[in-house]
Amino acid sequence: MSAPLLSIEDLNVTFSTRRGLVQAVRGVSLSLQPGEMLGLVGESGSGKSVTGFAVTRLLDKAGRIANGRILYKGQDITRASAADFRNLHGAAMAMIFQNPRAALNPIRAVGQQIADAILAHKRISSQEAREAALNLLRAVQIRDPERRMNAYPHELSGGMCQRVMIAIAISCNPQFLIADEPTTGLDVTTQKVVMDLLASIAAERGMATILITHDLGLAARYCSRVVVMEQGRLVEEAAPLTLFHAPQHPYTRRLVAASPTATSRVTDLVPDGELKPSIEVKDGSPPAHGTPPLLDVQRIVKRFDDGTAAVTDFSMTMTAGESVGLVGESGSGKSTTSRMICRLIDPSEGEILFDGYSISKIPARDFHRSPSRKDIQIVFQDPNDSLNPRFTAFDCIAHPLLRLLRMRSGDALRQRVEECAHRVGLPKELLSRFPHQLSGGQKARVGIARAIACSPRLLVLDEPTAALDVSVQAVVLQLLDRLRREDNLAFLFVSHDLNVVRMMCDRTIVLRAGGIVEQGESRALFANPRTDYTRELVDAVPHIGAPAALVPA
Amino acid sequence: MSSMDASSTLRHTIWVLRGNLVTAVAAAGALFLLLVAIFGPALVPYDPVASDVPQALQPPSALHWAGTDQLGRDVFSRLIVAARLDLAIAITAVGISFAIGAVIGSLCGYVGGRLDRAVGRFVDVVMAFPLFVLAMAMVAALGNRVENIVIATAIINLPFYIRFSRAEVNIRRNLGWVEAARACGDSHVSVVLRFLLPNVLPAMAVQISLNLGWAILNAAGLSFIGLGVKPPTPEWGIMVAEGARFISTGRWWLVAFPGLALMFAVLCFNLLGDGLRDILDPRMRT
Amino acid sequence: MGMIGATLIRAGQRFLSSLPALFGVLVFTFLLMRVLPGDPAVFFASGPNAGKEEIEVIRKQLGLDKPMPEQLAIYLYDVGRGNLGRSMMTGQPVEKDLKERLPASLELTLTALLIALISAVPLGVVAALRPNSLIDHGVRLFCSLGVCVPTFVSGLLLIYVFYYLLGLAPDPTGRVDIFTTPPPARTGFLLIDFLLAGDLDGWWAAVRQLMLPAFTMALFVIAPLARITRASMLVSLGSEFVRTARSVGLSRWRIVVTYALRNAILPVITIAGIVFSTMLGANVLVEKVFSWPGVASYALDALLVSDYAPVQGFVLLMASVFVVVNLLVDVLYGIADPRATVA
Repeated sequence: MSAPLLSIEDLNVTFSTRRGLVQAVRGVSLSLQPGEMLGLVGESGSGKSVTGFAVTRLLDKAGRIANGRILYKGQDITRASAADFRNLHGAAMAMIFQNPRAALNPIRAVGQQIADAILAHKRISSQEAREAALNLLRAVQIRDPERRMNAYPHELSGGMCQRVMIAIAISCNPQFLIADEPTTGLDVTTQKVVMDLLASIAAERGMATILITHDLGLAARYCSRVVVMEQGRLVEEAAPLTLFHAPQHPYTRRLVAASPTATSRVTDLVPDGELKPSIEVKDGSPPAHGTPPLLDVQRIVKRFDDGTAAVTDFSMTMTAGESVGLVGESGSGKSTTSRMICRLIDPSEGEILFDGYSISKIPARDFHRSPSRKDIQIVFQDPNDSLNPRFTAFDCIAHPLLRLLRMRSGDALRQRVEECAHRVGLPKELLSRFPHQLSGGQKARVGIARAIACSPRLLVLDEPTAALDVSVQAVVLQLLDRLRREDNLAFLFVSHDLNVVRMMCDRTIVLRAGGIVEQGESRALFANPRTDYTRELVDAVPHIGAPAALVPA
Repeated sequence: MSSMDASSTLRHTIWVLRGNLVTAVAAAGALFLLLVAIFGPALVPYDPVASDVPQALQPPSALHWAGTDQLGRDVFSRLIVAARLDLAIAITAVGISFAIGAVIGSLCGYVGGRLDRAVGRFVDVVMAFPLFVLAMAMVAALGNRVENIVIATAIINLPFYIRFSRAEVNIRRNLGWVEAARACGDSHVSVVLRFLLPNVLPAMAVQISLNLGWAILNAAGLSFIGLGVKPPTPEWGIMVAEGARFISTGRWWLVAFPGLALMFAVLCFNLLGDGLRDILDPRMRT
Repeated sequence: MGMIGATLIRAGQRFLSSLPALFGVLVFTFLLMRVLPGDPAVFFASGPNAGKEEIEVIRKQLGLDKPMPEQLAIYLYDVGRGNLGRSMMTGQPVEKDLKERLPASLELTLTALLIALISAVPLGVVAALRPNSLIDHGVRLFCSLGVCVPTFVSGLLLIYVFYYLLGLAPDPTGRVDIFTTPPPARTGFLLIDFLLAGDLDGWWAAVRQLMLPAFTMALFVIAPLARITRASMLVSLGSEFVRTARSVGLSRWRIVVTYALRNAILPVITIAGIVFSTMLGANVLVEKVFSWPGVASYALDALLVSDYAPVQGFVLLMASVFVVVNLLVDVLYGIADPRATVA
């Protein structure tokens, strides 16, 4: 092994906050070889990004390297002067960031921004710098680069912005690049294109890369070595296959199990999770012949004021207790569809039958009075904004009971709320807390408790776990699956994550640009996609087809 | 319905005030002003309108803390008595514009669409207009009376509340908990009144406080130029106007003390506005 | 080209959307004339002793016997032609009076705006570059105090200090002292006219006379301008694109000026329009304090003697100035921010 390009020795980073010093990174040591792609994996709060920012000296003002050395080519750069570091920035190391559009100056042409980076380190004319910038745009495979030189970030898609960001980062041929969640927030197909580009550029230029990500699959697919962090500590370091098939540290084991793959089942996610339903499961006997389906959506369309159509033509049926997945990339109309079905907005055309009765005749603004209101409930995407900040957890869960079941405040209500909280695994003591005093997973549980409080028959789940860490997601998915079986609930599960939908849903509908591309039984559909689009989606999902037998039980 | 009991609010308020001395001082100042406005007129040492010509234009002394004016009236007594009128004008005007503006703004912000855009644009335009001139012309048109100062001040404040509540409601209308409220069986109206308004109120309280300061300045400005309040009624703006004649001969106290009173009032409300934001925001509670 | 086009469309839209407000102001001023206590015809009659018939004749001449909508139409037509009526106070057509006095007001307001921008923007930037430093606290204190002092009080106190105590400023009345011969009027702006006439002493006298009122007015708007500059500069400096700029090693100057400041200046441009119209309002007070012979003090004098044509003319003039300023702000904003397309 040659001398490492970068080595971090016993790094400690602290943040001064209102509640005193917080240790974000505690004694991390790792090294990066020239040309290597190293994965730095962890959940939120693991200190992975902070480690990256500490190396590039881009920590917030409140953050400080308390201890440890960072050696770049044998030199301790934590002691380098600001002027020396300015030379290291760009020329030795560069960084790309999570939200590419925010990372670019909104009022400067992208070509100019690349040229700025070049001119910061090379004594050349601005004309030459523009030439070089143009070549870089070509290198990151931006179509029509001459025209894009003068484009502003808001005129480019998220994926394009990230390519521009890559061009800026590599403009001065850095020795290594730190990519901080470079594809989070991008669609899965865009993610693949950007990551492939990044990998090939790194290989071409012999540039070492640290890929910081929460996605084990992504790290496994692109990195030769993966480091796992938890709560500021480095817990395990291994080659991706070893990590997946024989994780050593208990945390890594949990993390690997919790990450949904093409073959995982809900029960595998949390090895010692709540498998058993807490109440007797009614055997979902098939509905008697001739009963109408629970939900029958007939050719609904949604057009907005400005004439654009979010949903062009959508039909589906669901029986009681069935779970159906709705997948698609951003702009596919999946959220709009789910809101029409739970009658928060009106379709422009088409009909929605629930239990054989048309519910689309009642305008959305009056639907709160309909008896079907309590039968169709929804769980929202971001637990942070799905709870009223001025309500306690108790108030949130009690709200539908008061409104829809006309319960009165008192012991009966309290008992009912506590029962709901118990069913979603929310400790009773937390009921008096406000949302900002709860963790993400706890907020998600409150949201679910609220949705099941009135015993609905159809639950619409709008990306219920998209904002959660994988380990929390695993627990929430198990919870949802258990609740569904206990109550014979029907699920309409909206998600962009194919692995999650495959696990959770009997059937899947693939949406694109407001229309249905393909639908069918979930496993079959993903195993043998019939359309190119679905195949593209499936291929883009990073995974390392671990044999099911090797997944630790 | 939300279970924020009074004691936790009080505890939180004390906690915030302890961590924020400036706000505490501003709150005390505003309270002091209110007390002065309520009880001051009963406590002043001199009759604010009784002239005593032999004592005219005396500098501040132990007898006349803030000196006397050209008619020998005690400036200090006039300052104290004026507080009631100045605060009454500002509070009434701001109250009116808040009540009307918050409702219009919230509804527009929640409903959205074309009407909302039209209202928004119109409000933007009106806000950019020289509002003091508008108030001046309104008082001229409606008649040179105190009520009309209140009305004019209320009208020129209105766009701020419409715009503010509209923007605040607009950023929240698509949040999960608003949709969740509808899924839990609340009508649109109930969502606006029971969910959105309470969440917007903290931000509005800030705006109210800041606007009170502005309204005081406006009303004083109008009476400074001779509109609304008429001499010999004590009012800070008029007192400055009357003292202006004597400034180039060095009688500073006629301008400085009413000026300081104005400044103090506006400063208290402005600083209180900044502080209120912290107190009313439940996210700050731990 | 696309940018210029978008800017023009934006400015045009803004112009169109300000038309209702402008029309509202027109109707408002019309009502001002109609609703006000007192019959305009009486004012125009020969005197308080004018007979009933004479008043009737004048009423007819003025068109006051016609139905309201027709009167409004006539009024709009008159305004369109620039005919704003006659002032009782000066006996001159209002438009002539306004034209004579407008340069004085503009000279004062523009000088004040210049002073305010030159001092507020650097103050805000310096405060934002060193948050929580002594400078920052100083700027914030100044901002908090600045918005609390009414212009008429600060003006009078400046007079007290600089004229009465220190004797640095000239007698605070009017645009030039009585010993200076005014230059031949070409632009109406004294500072320019003196220069054109080659009279440097006169120019200096005018500058000295201008300083106190201009600073009074500037003081009032420095605070909001500095405050927003500081706030938006802090946002810019903490933004992700500034972090990107740091991550590739751009020089500090380039980061602060090209990346942070240019973005931070956008909100400042937006509120500069509002600040300017605040200053137009503050003009009334400052002109009164300094006996400045501008349009505002003209309107004010007229208002106090119930001479309404000048008031109406003044409000209309302010409305037009405000439309022009807003268009200017829009064009500037369009140039500064490529995202500003048709909203």
